[in-house]
Amino acid sequence: MAMDVIHENYDVVVVGAGHAGCEAALACARLGLETIIFTVSMDSVAFMPCNPHIGGSSKGHLVFEIDALGGEMGKNIDKTFLQSKMLNTSKGPAVHSLRCQADKQMYSLEMRKTLQHTDHLALRQAEVCELIVEGEKICGVKTLSGATYYAKAVILCTGTYLNARCLFGEVIEHTGPNGLKAATHLTDSLVANGVKMQRFKTGTPARIDGRTIHYEEMTPQYGDPVVVPFSWHTDPATVQKPQELCYLTYTNEKTHELIRNNLDRSPIYAGIIEGTGPRYCPSIEDKVVKFSDKSRHQLFIEPESLFTNEMYIDGMSSSLPEEVQHAMIHTVPGLEDAKVVRNAYAIEYDCISANQLKLSLEFKNIHGLFSGGQFNGSSGYEEAAAQGLIAGINAAMYVKGEEPLILDRSTSYIGVLIDDLVTKVNREPYRMMTSRAEYRLLLRQDNADLRLTEFGHKVGLLSDERAAYIEKKEEVIQKEIDRVDSVRVGANQRVNDVLTSLGSAPLGTGASLAELIRRPELSYESLNSLDPDRPDLPSDFANEVNIDIKYAGYIDRQKKQVEKFKAVEGKLIPENLDYQKVPSLRIEARQKLEAIRPVNIGQASRIGGVSPADISVLLVYLKSGKYLKEE
Amino acid sequence: MNNIERQTSYAAGEDTIAAIATGRAAGGIAIIRISGDRALSIVDEIFRGPDAPLSKVPANTIHYGHILDIDEVLVSVFRAPHSYTTEDTVEINCHGGLYAADRVLSACIEAGARPAEPGEFTKRAYLSGRIDLSEAEAVADIISSDNEFSLKNSEKTLSGRLSREIDEYRQRIIYECGFIESALDDPEHFSLEGFGNRLLSECKEWIGGLSKLSASFQDGKILKDGIDTVIVGKPNVGKSSILNLLSNSDRAIVTDVPGTTRDLIEERVRVGELTLNLIDSAGIRSTDDVVEAIGVEKSLEKMKDADLVLFVCDRSRPLDENDKKIAASLSGKKFLVLLNKSDAEAVISVEDVQALFQKNAGQLPVSSSSLSENAAESDFAAKSRKDSMKIIDFSARSADGMQELQEALKALFLSNGGQKRSDGEVLLTNARHKYEIDSAVRSLTLVMKSIESGLPEDFYTVDLMDAYSALGRILGKEVGDDLVEEIFSKFCIGK
Repeated sequence: MAMDVIHENYDVVVVGAGHAGCEAALACARLGLETIIFTVSMDSVAFMPCNPHIGGSSKGHLVFEIDALGGEMGKNIDKTFLQSKMLNTSKGPAVHSLRCQADKQMYSLEMRKTLQHTDHLALRQAEVCELIVEGEKICGVKTLSGATYYAKAVILCTGTYLNARCLFGEVIEHTGPNGLKAATHLTDSLVANGVKMQRFKTGTPARIDGRTIHYEEMTPQYGDPVVVPFSWHTDPATVQKPQELCYLTYTNEKTHELIRNNLDRSPIYAGIIEGTGPRYCPSIEDKVVKFSDKSRHQLFIEPESLFTNEMYIDGMSSSLPEEVQHAMIHTVPGLEDAKVVRNAYAIEYDCISANQLKLSLEFKNIHGLFSGGQFNGSSGYEEAAAQGLIAGINAAMYVKGEEPLILDRSTSYIGVLIDDLVTKVNREPYRMMTSRAEYRLLLRQDNADLRLTEFGHKVGLLSDERAAYIEKKEEVIQKEIDRVDSVRVGANQRVNDVLTSLGSAPLGTGASLAELIRRPELSYESLNSLDPDRPDLPSDFANEVNIDIKYAGYIDRQKKQVEKFKAVEGKLIPENLDYQKVPSLRIEARQKLEAIRPVNIGQASRIGGVSPADISVLLVYLKSGKYLKEE
Repeated sequence: MNNIERQTSYAAGEDTIAAIATGRAAGGIAIIRISGDRALSIVDEIFRGPDAPLSKVPANTIHYGHILDIDEVLVSVFRAPHSYTTEDTVEINCHGGLYAADRVLSACIEAGARPAEPGEFTKRAYLSGRIDLSEAEAVADIISSDNEFSLKNSEKTLSGRLSREIDEYRQRIIYECGFIESALDDPEHFSLEGFGNRLLSECKEWIGGLSKLSASFQDGKILKDGIDTVIVGKPNVGKSSILNLLSNSDRAIVTDVPGTTRDLIEERVRVGELTLNLIDSAGIRSTDDVVEAIGVEKSLEKMKDADLVLFVCDRSRPLDENDKKIAASLSGKKFLVLLNKSDAEAVISVEDVQALFQKNAGQLPVSSSSLSENAAESDFAAKSRKDSMKIIDFSARSADGMQELQEALKALFLSNGGQKRSDGEVLLTNARHKYEIDSAVRSLTLVMKSIESGLPEDFYTVDLMDAYSALGRILGKEVGDDLVEEIFSKFCIGK
């Protein structure tokens, strides 16, 4: 007797269980929606196919923000790191960045465990090959086997798997990263539904057998003596543990010569790869060609997992032929006898231009279809997770019929990331950088909870208790800042003794405590003894007080800029505005505006090719038609 | 950092803006309009008069006074929402020439106003609903065409040298930003050790160069726009022959000035490096024949509109009441005395002319020869020397004294007394350019302050990028993703 093919119903389908997919699925399930997540390999959930880090400059910010909103990445890395380091501690607090070396195996297993222990969440190993769209609305997906999964919302997090091919030298393999199965059908279905695809590429270095490395020829790199966790859930005591070492070594002229002599055998230089690669993550070939004046490049040798002896060669991504790779590795001090476990390769894949998305990460032309991660043209685990979380939250909001969560550029790196992706034309995989955040002095790791808790609470990912605690924290900090502002310090012997002991010039006349805190060598904390009325505050509270006072001038300036920014973001543009009817708009501007369809004047002004004069013209037009809604 | 503050403020319309509202018609009354929240407080910083401060006066009133020591003015005060733009607005009516109007505008900008963008007053009027809605299209046209015009125009007026110089500063600034940001992004590859000191000396150099550019503005303006000049003197002192000499000499270029009131300005003549816009030259030509028809009274009227008065005396005739009257009305004006007919037999001397001023104006007349002896000048004396006259022996017939006239003009109107500039030196002629350069200097000064007070490097980028975008606005360039591009193209970052 013939049986029907499988039909199942869900609220939300998530396609892909990488860093974006996991956050998306967890968010939906935690918000009570029946959710199913598909992966081509159950053994590769939250897989880290490239470098073994979570965090780093600006990416650390993303992890703190994900955590503050109720995401999973921070918790997962706190449980599975091998080494932890706070970068940029000699710089300002806005660029302090936490970075961990992950145990890749543990990271993946731990995330899989979390998924499997989450209510309302089903996991399924299958290749999704078709979208079911009715009218302009998503209704579900079909898998390769013909099973149908109906859903009110679908989130695409396909990473680098769509029509992926991996290349090194003359070798081309039609697989996803690390030889995993590629997803070869979904692109056609997307194209059939009017989605425009593009092709990006990226690459990864070789992994070598740790037993064959001469560590004594390299400089060991240690983790921090006191580890700071990413997540507010994590008890700091639990992350103080013995850490693994990384090692620093360098390429040399011999390496470079070898590379130059074999450039014609690189598929990129030979023109076999068409995809656009990132400039910030250059292959060693690119580095040698573009920065030919440099006689050496740094390489970091990093552990991948306690369960394997594989070491990652950070700084040596390549797509040269196998034998060239091996020879090149052997020119490096400490790697003379290194045995390669996995070759370096470049990977090409299909993704979309995120200009087709709204700021909620929903497709403009298909209701209920959301996407996140490398599928949207970004790069990096953290960028992916951040988008996955927002896509998940907004799919849930969509299903529940509630307003989407849109974080603007003044609230978070996540806001900057999504606004850039959706608004600007990205010709290479997009990577987060602190220089992209115009209000970065306000968007720090240390205040992610203060910035974002209310949003996480509003959508339902954070408890009332958590929200109340953060509200209270904010209150206490502000009260303490106000108190410190009024504290005066006299120019007496006791005070000057303290100052001298802290390496600071003694006072000639009285000063305010705030003035003293602003001295580079002093801080709120170090002046404790000059401030008898000080309340006993937790160290993260005290840190906020210190930063706010110490950098008050700059922080106030940025706050004023944010006010101006908000005023312009509040000027909304109607969704159905016909730009052809706006008189005096330059043709280029008209085309760009038409393509992006910005939601407000601020977003419009960030589109490349739209000038301030165009914005004025647009404002005038909107006003004339009484189109302009002030928020 | 992507600097979008500019665009933000542009659209939000929060700055207080200023511009000469009467266009470039020389010789008439110029109106400088200041509009925005801070209009009154800005003008209060530069306005002196019996009714000051203006922030206390009622709306829709007119007040007499001075703008610093630049010009005698009438100031109209309008309060929101009852003004053209519906914002607080001050209009300064100044009756000096272009030069005076420009200096008044500069003073407003120095006090905190921003030079208005093309069409910006109209745009504000429009956006606040002050203008009829049916004019939407027209306003949009104005904004877009004015912008196009000013862009094209600024491309033209931007000398290749100036744009190259500005561009070079920009490149050097963004290179340093790129370095800082690369180091923040990839601290294990880039060290900022000793960077602060290097940047400090660079900032000093940039500020020095940019300040010099900024200081060249007034000279640039004068050289470009010319000096509104009136020739006065009692009948038959040789005004028209001087006029003819100036306009016919091979050194002079005679042109019509388009858009100016023909009966006010007739000719632009070149005297050495400088250009004189001669007001009422037609009047002089037509009246010298009809000697008594137009008296000195009329000349005195015209003097009010001028930046420079050429006071012609006839050395072959005694000084009289007319000369005294003219001398008396020259107080506070820039002027030169041409003691004409140096080839004729002298009836009066330089001292006689000086005496004319001593008696009448109570000013200290100093001839060029006595200047150097007066080593220990008081500030007052120095000031009065600046304002006081120079007497030039002149002959309209033989052109004697032309050289001295040229030198005297330079001394009067150009900084450093018009000392010869090096060939490569660029002069600023556009108020907007000066404004942006000045704001770049302010930002760079903040960078120096940050370095000196030991702030970490990531703070430097904020002000460096502000300077970068200010300079970019001179070239019509936006910041966009320049910094990210710079990082990727110049620095080897990433794994």
